[in-house]
Amino acid sequence: MELTRAATGRTAGPLGGVLLVVEHHWTWYRRNWRATAVSSILQPLLFLLAFGVGFGTLIDGTGRAAQATGGLDYLVWLAPALLCVSAVQTAVFDSTYPVLSGLKWQRHYLAMTATPIGPGQVVVGHLVWMMIKIGGCGAVYVAVIAVFGGVRSPGIVLALLIAMLAGAAVGALVTAFTAGVEDEGSAFTVLFRLVLIPMTLFSGTFFPVDRLPVAIQPVTWVSPLWHGTELARAAALGGGAVLPAVGHAAVLLALVAAGSALAVGRFRRRLYR
Amino acid sequence: MGDGLVQARGLRKSFGGFEAVRGLDVDVEAGQIFGFLGPNGAGKSSTMRMIACVSPRSAGFLQVLGMDPDVDGPRIRARIGVVPQLDNLDTELTVRENLEIYGRYFGLSRAHVRRKAVELMGFAQLGDRADAAVESLSGGMKRRLTIARSLVNDPELLLLDEPTTGLDPQARHLLWDRLYRLKGEGVTQIVTTHYMDEAEQLCDRLVVMDGGVIVAEGSPAELIASYSTREVLELRFAPGTAAPIDVVERLADRVEVLPDRLLLYTGDGEHLQAELAHRGVKPLSALVRRSSLEDVFLRLTGRSLVE
Repeated sequence: MELTRAATGRTAGPLGGVLLVVEHHWTWYRRNWRATAVSSILQPLLFLLAFGVGFGTLIDGTGRAAQATGGLDYLVWLAPALLCVSAVQTAVFDSTYPVLSGLKWQRHYLAMTATPIGPGQVVVGHLVWMMIKIGGCGAVYVAVIAVFGGVRSPGIVLALLIAMLAGAAVGALVTAFTAGVEDEGSAFTVLFRLVLIPMTLFSGTFFPVDRLPVAIQPVTWVSPLWHGTELARAAALGGGAVLPAVGHAAVLLALVAAGSALAVGRFRRRLYR
Repeated sequence: MGDGLVQARGLRKSFGGFEAVRGLDVDVEAGQIFGFLGPNGAGKSSTMRMIACVSPRSAGFLQVLGMDPDVDGPRIRARIGVVPQLDNLDTELTVRENLEIYGRYFGLSRAHVRRKAVELMGFAQLGDRADAAVESLSGGMKRRLTIARSLVNDPELLLLDEPTTGLDPQARHLLWDRLYRLKGEGVTQIVTTHYMDEAEQLCDRLVVMDGGVIVAEGSPAELIASYSTREVLELRFAPGTAAPIDVVERLADRVEVLPDRLLLYTGDGEHLQAELAHRGVKPLSALVRRSSLEDVFLRLTGRSLVE
């Protein structure tokens, strides 16, 4: 009798492994997208209606408002920033409970890392999938904003790519945070209330941060959303200087790198303890 | 070193100040079903996780399939199958999707995993639940799916950490049958269990672990021969009656005093029973049985409660 047996014994390369993790997420999404449509599509639409359409009618594009928006319709000025807000919110939600579920409740990350796939590929696959999802939902969002007359130039496409980058930066940092959470307790509530909401309100989304008292303005510089918003707005509306744009992009890329590295390290310690 | 699929020398694992595995020497040869037997906290799962290349060793030598887990983790994991103690299926996907996705992680083509998933659902008798979400399955079905999933890459070495915990007797026997079949196909298996009958049924060789070290090693029959007697006479006495311990201790080779009964270790149970009757010992009930691994286990790991 044949008493030895050969396993398939294959390993996907570093990038191949990341794509397999993305495929896993896609399989899940194909089945469950309706459940996530509320947060990824409906919520941004509510922001659009409330601020862009409703609140925007109060802003007539003259006087001090015109100074702030550069004479543009408020909705046109707001649109690229809404893409960033939506991206960052998706990133925060997708990197909290679902990630902790993979590590702790459902533990499917443990199953994945018992295969040739490693913690780094799980983290990067999660972030890549998140960017794809942000991009897909964002494209729908852009189309809706265009219907309301909020799109002025093809630069909005570049703004969407920047929103994806901002989402990746926030997603990487939050994934690292979640990987350090043993018992969720109030950790996520604190994150939502004390980080996400202030960041959404004070990152130059609804009004330029230079309208804030000078002493407070530097606080907004730590916000990845502010860097994303400034950059996306410059891309969609034109008129941004080169040097600040490079600076914003560099900050976002650095946050993606730092957040990912931290997340991978924490995943490795947690999954391979 | 020989053709051992797994070789460990002085293997250690610490978590902070706690040392879960304290110097293990193990050789698992190809084609065997090898058992780790021991009470909870003996270090079985920590050992299994080191072999599965998901837990770096703290000290000592470890080689799996001829490779070092610290260096070749992914390449080793590509050739083994793992059934963890706790199921970690993707409960929001279907049975079929779980198998297919898992197979994809081993670099297998979509066409291959589609075929393999159908084959494995047959193996685990889950064919009629193929497109049901895992959430809706019973505990036993989930366990079978976890076991089926571990076979998706045709592993050469299968690691099963308490595979039958929580299964009903039918499901346990079904699983044992499946593991025998795999053994027939040449799959080497390492099983942890605290069920003595399981270890006795399945294992060619086993080690008994306690407190992070190996306390005995051999085939089930060898261990029974070394650490127990051929037969055991179990005596129960009416509640409140003092058991005649000094009498039985003089006649039996060894006596274990359990809360509800006495275990008398002896070569000839019938004979001992007759002797005791002759001396006026009148138990409520008496049972002569063959000595089992449970007796070895009780002797080696002490009388404390083992769940």
